[in-house]
Amino acid sequence: MSQIELRAAPHQHSGSNVPTIMRNVVYSMLPICAFSVWQYGLSAALLILVVTISCLAAERINSTISGTADTLSDWSAVITGVLLALTLPPSFPLWMGVVAGFTAIWLGKSLFGGLGQNPFNPALIGRAFVQAAFPTAISTWVPAFTPNRFVECIPTTLTAPFMSPPDIVHWIKLQGMDAFTGATPMARWKFENVSASTMDFLTGQVTASAGETSAILILVCGLYLAFKKYLDWRIPVSVMGSAMLVAAAFHLVQPDRYPAPTFVLLSGGLMLGAWFMATDMATSPITPRGVWLYGALIGIVTVMIRYFGGLTEGVMYAILIANAAAPLLDQFNQPRILGETRGKS
Amino acid sequence: MSDAPEVKTPSFAMVRTLGLVSVICGIIIVGVYQVTLPAADANRKLALERQVFKVLPTAKSVVTYYATEKGIVAAAGLDQPPAGAVIFYAVYDAAKKLAGIAAEASSAGYADQVRVLYAYDTEKQAITGIGVISMRETPGIGDKILTDQDFLKNFESLDVHLSADLQSLANAVKTVKHGTKSGAWQIDAISGATVTSKAVGRGINESTQILLPRLLPHLEKLRSPS
Amino acid sequence: MSAPSNFDEFLDGIWKQNPIFVMVLGMCPTLAVTVSAVNAISMGLATTFVLGASCLLVSLLRHSIPKQVRIASYIVIIATFVTVVDYAIQAISLDLYEALGAYIKLIVANCILLGRAEAHAAKNPPMPAMLNAIGMGFGFTLGLFAIGCVREILGAGKLFDISLFGPHFQPWVVMVLPPGGFFVLAGWLIVFAAFDHYKTKRTLGVQA
Repeated sequence: MSQIELRAAPHQHSGSNVPTIMRNVVYSMLPICAFSVWQYGLSAALLILVVTISCLAAERINSTISGTADTLSDWSAVITGVLLALTLPPSFPLWMGVVAGFTAIWLGKSLFGGLGQNPFNPALIGRAFVQAAFPTAISTWVPAFTPNRFVECIPTTLTAPFMSPPDIVHWIKLQGMDAFTGATPMARWKFENVSASTMDFLTGQVTASAGETSAILILVCGLYLAFKKYLDWRIPVSVMGSAMLVAAAFHLVQPDRYPAPTFVLLSGGLMLGAWFMATDMATSPITPRGVWLYGALIGIVTVMIRYFGGLTEGVMYAILIANAAAPLLDQFNQPRILGETRGKS
Repeated sequence: MSDAPEVKTPSFAMVRTLGLVSVICGIIIVGVYQVTLPAADANRKLALERQVFKVLPTAKSVVTYYATEKGIVAAAGLDQPPAGAVIFYAVYDAAKKLAGIAAEASSAGYADQVRVLYAYDTEKQAITGIGVISMRETPGIGDKILTDQDFLKNFESLDVHLSADLQSLANAVKTVKHGTKSGAWQIDAISGATVTSKAVGRGINESTQILLPRLLPHLEKLRSPS
Repeated sequence: MSAPSNFDEFLDGIWKQNPIFVMVLGMCPTLAVTVSAVNAISMGLATTFVLGASCLLVSLLRHSIPKQVRIASYIVIIATFVTVVDYAIQAISLDLYEALGAYIKLIVANCILLGRAEAHAAKNPPMPAMLNAIGMGFGFTLGLFAIGCVREILGAGKLFDISLFGPHFQPWVVMVLPPGGFFVLAGWLIVFAAFDHYKTKRTLGVQA
């Protein structure tokens, strides 16, 4: 005890630790959740709740089986759950949400050794799995602001486990929303060449996943985290910037074929992905130049998948691909150590 | 084992052993081939008939033909198809009348080749039905071409009549976006399964463009089989 | 080490040296043809037949095959029986033949076969050689069946083509796609690893 502890710098601790950061991320997502519930009512609330609880359950079962310390208290499973729920369509059957939650934690995180060891964003692993498993359910969209949204669920929400969700075309008709097309703005652009207005995107008047609708809200929540330095502001800036640049280039060459850059930026999950998914600390690079390249990779791949791929949305796979590239980007972009000469590494 | 000193084997012994093994194996293969050939052929014939009967419900018998630049020739009695030949099936009903022509169309889909068998009505000059021979399209999306009633309606009477010079289709078969079908030669794609729908259209177009010009001048020969 | 009995030879491949779950061999058919239980069992039995027959022949000829040409001889023998199986399946069922596709021919390149011929049949008399090979084959079949069951139940809601959950079952499309093979194989490997872990811990606990 009388020994002097010798340690290398840094010596001062900012006071923020993993649970604090994680808790703040969760707080910052609450407005987005609230907006989603206001839009889609009971179904969205249940989906967020059930997915988050199943993530927590997966985490608890895992720590019980493996006999490791309880990892529930670090709040990371809550983030995964909420994020995952926000990327799912509000009409997603709850039992599929449970599958997504368990896959996210087990396949996305636990198998790799837990928090910080996972090469891929767990929420996106969960989403990728259910997208491959239930392609129809995950591309079924419902209109927002239906009159009875706070008293009744969307019929698909309460599908019995392992059963396929009922057809909701009839239900949508009953809601008196004649203009509703059942396709996201991106699908409409891709297949029918119809663009949606920028204002609708900003205020969330579009068909989308539970938490992807309002660009303004995501921006505000993201900025809060960036301001608190809980996320690296370079990542979202780089993602959005590169996506805009690539989209602008295409738009300049063929304006009638490719949509305006603002459409690319605001549609689908790009905003949510850029601010909340790509910035996951465990799966993004840490070197400054690596971070810029990482963000640019996400932006470019997203636009490429949307324009030339078979899918309408590319953010998920773009982030997963960039996650895989993150260690490599760090390796090649090590900053020069003070006093060493370049090219000697 | 590997530490044992290298045993010098005479070259003759090696050749003799390999030869012996080859002879034994050769006999086994030929024997099994001869034994299983009739059963395998019968199976293949059954499978073909099952598929043809699905697209031409009035069918009772099937005769395989090859169509070449020079004309058409029955496959029976030929060991090898003639060079550049396209295979097709002349289908007869219970009264031995030509019920239609069946042929295979294949094109690259989302996952692998999508192979369909289509029925061609010689009177209407139209395709009157399709059936899938094989595909590996995504279940729940691409395999809707088997079940989607709106899509299958395209093939109740898909116009493939030839142009005046009998060299090509008057209107190329084309898959169009869902809901924009305007001609009898167009296929209304399944919304959300466009790639597979297009593969079917492309395959049928390629197949009919080659087969029909070769086939039509010789229809009489098919109507009165010897 | 005393010579293992014939029965031990047979059991070896089924459990202790299971080709799929313990040795992780023959992954090509394991991942490709396990979309249904029937396919899995057919593939497993086809492989079992080739294994048994080729190991028997290799063992019979083991004294007359010079070391220098042994691989060539084994491959010719294995290829022969694969061809036999190929013809036989065509004669039995064309549907099955189409479902298994190129993977019947690819049995020739299955590393379990050459592995058994080289490591066991070439050094042992016909009886144990064949029993060991058939045991391996059954172990392989068991592994394929375990994977095929899970994939068919989740991917189609059926087992042996019999519907289990009624018409409203929601199929997990991913299970009949290639990734499903990886997921289910990994799942079983985890189960086996956990079992092994548990057993080792218990044995150690008894000794202590």
